[in-house]
Amino acid sequence: MAETMKKRSFWSWLWIILGVLYFILPLYSTFDFSLRAKKGVLSLVSYTNVFKDPSFWKTIEFSLIIGIFTIIVSIILVAPTAYWIRLRLPQLRGMVEFISMLPFVVPAIVLVFGAIRAFSGAPFYLTNTFFGTYVLLVAMYVVLALPFVYRAIDTGLAAIDVRALTEAAQSLGASWSTILFKVIFPNLRVAIINSAFLTLATVIGEYTIASFLVGIKAFGPYMSLIGQNRTYESSSLAIISFLMTWGFMGLIQIFNRGKVDSSSLAGAR
Amino acid sequence: MAFLKLSNISKLFGSAVAVEGFNLDVAKGEFVSFLGPSGCGKTTTLRMIAGFEYPTTGEIILDGKDITNMAPNQRDVGMVFQAYALFPNLTIGQNIGFGLEVRKRPVEEIKDRVDKMLSLVHLEKHKDKYPYQLSGGQQQRIALARALAISPRVLLLDEPLSALDAKIRVELRLEIRRIQQELGITTVYVTHDQEEALLISDRVVVMSQGHMEQVGTPSEIYNYPSTEFVAQFVGQLNLLPVEKLDKKAGTCVVGGQTIKFENSSSRVISSNPRLAIRPEELQIGSGKGRNALKGEVESVLFLGSVVRMRVKVGENVLMADLFNERGLTLPRKGDDVVISFPEESCWII
Repeated sequence: MAETMKKRSFWSWLWIILGVLYFILPLYSTFDFSLRAKKGVLSLVSYTNVFKDPSFWKTIEFSLIIGIFTIIVSIILVAPTAYWIRLRLPQLRGMVEFISMLPFVVPAIVLVFGAIRAFSGAPFYLTNTFFGTYVLLVAMYVVLALPFVYRAIDTGLAAIDVRALTEAAQSLGASWSTILFKVIFPNLRVAIINSAFLTLATVIGEYTIASFLVGIKAFGPYMSLIGQNRTYESSSLAIISFLMTWGFMGLIQIFNRGKVDSSSLAGAR
Repeated sequence: MAFLKLSNISKLFGSAVAVEGFNLDVAKGEFVSFLGPSGCGKTTTLRMIAGFEYPTTGEIILDGKDITNMAPNQRDVGMVFQAYALFPNLTIGQNIGFGLEVRKRPVEEIKDRVDKMLSLVHLEKHKDKYPYQLSGGQQQRIALARALAISPRVLLLDEPLSALDAKIRVELRLEIRRIQQELGITTVYVTHDQEEALLISDRVVVMSQGHMEQVGTPSEIYNYPSTEFVAQFVGQLNLLPVEKLDKKAGTCVVGGQTIKFENSSSRVISSNPRLAIRPEELQIGSGKGRNALKGEVESVLFLGSVVRMRVKVGENVLMADLFNERGLTLPRKGDDVVISFPEESCWII
């Protein structure tokens, strides 16, 4: 018995170590490489260069603004839809889930070519102006983020008894707007925050759509350009990008921890 | 005049009939329960009163006003749900005050009303807690307080005790009745628990397959069931096949033994007549002027306050409930016994 446990423990650890090495080694190598901009010494020169570059801050700012608009539009579009489907059209859930998964299947290049073709001529001349292009970029990102946003919000809705809460509020005299803003959305806070951070992480690093619509104004194409011209800085950018994504994931964990605490208390009745 | 009137209500979901030909008048301050098995249409009827479903035909009049097609938030009807449905993001006080806040009542009035409702359900100390910090029974009391806070014209309760454990259920049903009587609020209560319905209601509506089977006071429903379904669903019932039925004389033969039964013309007799007797009407031993049946004890089950015996009479088995008393000598399995019952206690179905 003890021997079997030992064997099992050995294999478990072996797979964990292999898994960690698979993810950590390339990251470590990139990090190590990013520190070797100065010959013979380890330094943060490449990071200093990146932070000194005004384009870095401009592209970050641009991508963040686009990301925030994407989050706002996604949530306005998806949260009421997911709520209504759970409340009144549960038979459509399968179909909507399938549609929300399509951005995983359709390559971004196909999406962006389709969008440029559809919105460069009559009746939608979106790509003819900067503003129109930004609107199209946000719309594209809303599509791209749909799987994350819909999944997160639908999971949040599954955790509350949508129908009972809605009917309870209705019987107390609440209108639809009161039900949504005072009952449903506050209970989806964690789900909405999760979907927001996932969307932001997706938008910040996205390359294909951004490069075709706005070029190096966005952070993704900027990273690619640096990668072509400045070897060490591109590695430091990769690390910075990873850190930002991890930061967003960490924030999701922090918000989720609050949720777990309250649900475990609820279970201890 | 009825305070709440349901006239010829029916509800179809596609081609499935959920409720059909439902008529009911509820007086002001009355406590009426809808009792029936799952899928009998009791909750659908309640949801039509609340406005969450709309009747396919018929009309619902509340306090002289037609509310049949009115939106639920316009009806002024309070509802308590099986799953409590407290708003998790609001404190207990905010939950209770929600309906008043929606009605834009002054802050002071909301505060006073919340305190009054908390005191009504004896949970004054929990005002600033969140729902997840309370037990199931406490949450349901808060749900009741929340529904009552808006002073609704009718209070609707949809199996409010089903999710609670037995002890809390017994406590809370008495609490609900106390509060209802204290406030004199017209109440419609849905349950599948016959004991609950009989205990707390002024009148009980027994439903089956979308139809109303019988409406009456708890004692009418129990003692004078008008259909076989009611007789079998409410309480325990022995049903014995009969021979030589003489309706006029009020006699029949059961297992070769002649029995006299209550001969009321109001009783509906089915095409397959059987003798009906409640288990608690049976006694061990014969008695003067009582029907008697000879049989053999098949089993004796001790249930605490009651001892349930199964007695084989001819080809049939009868259940007999005896009140437990200290020193009670019980027959044993295989003993021959005589069981007796008065003719008023049995009838033909």
